[in-house]
Amino acid sequence: MTINVSMQVNGKAASVNVEERTLLVTVLREELRLTGTHVGCDTAQCGACTVHMNGKAVKSCSMLAMQAEGAQILTIEGVAHADGSLHPMQAAFKEHHGLQCGFCTPGMVMNAIDLVQGRPNITEEEIRHGLEGNLCRCTGYHNIVKSIAAGAKAMASAK
Amino acid sequence: MYAFTYHRPASAADAAALALKHTDGKILAGGQSLVQAMKLRLASPSDIIDLGTAKDLVGISQKGNQITIGAMTRHAAVEQSAEVKQLIPALADLAGGIGDRQVRHMGTLGGALANNDPAACYPAAVLGLGATIQTNKRTIAADDFFKGLYETALESSEIITAVTFPAAKRAAYIKFKNPASRFALVGVFVAQMDQGVRLAVTGAASCVFRVPEMEKALGAAFTPESIAKIHVSADDLNSDLHAAADYRAHLITVMAKRAVSKALGQ
Ligand SMILES: Cc1cc2nc3c(=O)[nH]c(=O)nc-3n(C[C@H](O)[C@H](O)[C@H](O)COP(=O)(O)OP(=O)(O)OC[C@H]3O[C@@H](n4cnc5c(N)ncnc54)[C@H](O)[C@@H]3O)c2cc1C
Ligand code: FES
Ligand code: FES
Repeated sequence: MTINVSMQVNGKAASVNVEERTLLVTVLREELRLTGTHVGCDTAQCGACTVHMNGKAVKSCSMLAMQAEGAQILTIEGVAHADGSLHPMQAAFKEHHGLQCGFCTPGMVMNAIDLVQGRPNITEEEIRHGLEGNLCRCTGYHNIVKSIAAGAKAMASAK
Repeated sequence: MYAFTYHRPASAADAAALALKHTDGKILAGGQSLVQAMKLRLASPSDIIDLGTAKDLVGISQKGNQITIGAMTRHAAVEQSAEVKQLIPALADLAGGIGDRQVRHMGTLGGALANNDPAACYPAAVLGLGATIQTNKRTIAADDFFKGLYETALESSEIITAVTFPAAKRAAYIKFKNPASRFALVGVFVAQMDQGVRLAVTGAASCVFRVPEMEKALGAAFTPESIAKIHVSADDLNSDLHAAADYRAHLITVMAKRAVSKALGQ
């Protein structure tokens, strides 16, 4: 059976008819072709699929699309400015070499933007705790932590 | 994942009626355990009854020396609640240590208790504080709720609606984390209540349990030293690739002592 699910994705109304068992990440990637949201583990461990639901970071592989009915969803495609210039957190990852292969990066950036909200002076320890749900196989995390600390400051001063 | 029929009840009562009608169905809370279990085909419910729209199941309220938390309240909301932090800081601390922040944004108190994972954190607080679990049918004392491996006193169509936690004079939770999942390899919740001390252990056996010998010793003297020589037998404890039973037995005493120190603010 198919069923309708409607949500706001990156500020635009999205309405799709899918099977009831469809995951949120499947709607984003396969129905809406927003393939910036990655699937790493598919078992709730790696955080590559992290998006925001109503402003909060969630793992889109671990929920049904139905659970996002009526919600505001933000994916990595929706964070840059309209003129194409990078979001301060994206810019910080670029500046501080917070990525190598880039597979984990969309999930890292989405979690980071939510994590540092209103916390320009977030500490290294707080950032490392905040990243418990995101795995990276390349960087050793060090530059990701540096990027997020810089991104937090840049986001606060951009306001 | 196998196909199912999806339902969106508007209230706990609607959900209960649906659960009664679809006996091969399952309640969906945050989905942080159930969706993965369905993906692995460990669960294949005919119907999914999504409590996400049952607004009467969300919220935190304080009444005197007690806090009542709705079943659909997310771990992050408990972690950040001013009332919980003030009245039962150990509970906010426990909620803030569950999984990771993405999991805490979705996972719920009711889901964690109904699931009764042997390594879950909330069962330790519920048993450690002697909380009461409210369902759509009755009130169940913590001591009667946890029955065994993934097993609870809940009947098949029974829904947890809220949990009431009494405040403790002092309390703390500490877990030795499984470094990969952050579930408890061994976790201990200790609470000094008006009626005496309660101490609950999670992660070590098939189900959360109390340690009366430690409770008695702590009742006489609430210090880490008073339980340093009390050891739980490894006989009924879990052995798996993460830890052997005798290691878990050793960790119980270590974690219990640290929990007492933490409760004392040391
Ligand atoms: C990566 C990861 C790490 C985790 N780490 C931890 C950890 O460190 N500590 C910890 O304690 N937990 C941990 N969890 C589990 C997490 O807390 C889950 O959120 C929780 O176990 C289940 O809650 P849920 O709301 O997601 O329930 P769901 O997955 O939706 O449901 C779980 C079960 O409970 C039933 N159910 C749900 N709500 C009710 C209700 N109100 N009444 C009756 N039955 C109900 C469902 O039918 C289902 O069988 C982790 C999970 C993940 C994915
Ligand atoms: S793909 Fe969702 S957590 Fe790894
Ligand atoms: S940059 Fe390659 S996984 Fe993180």
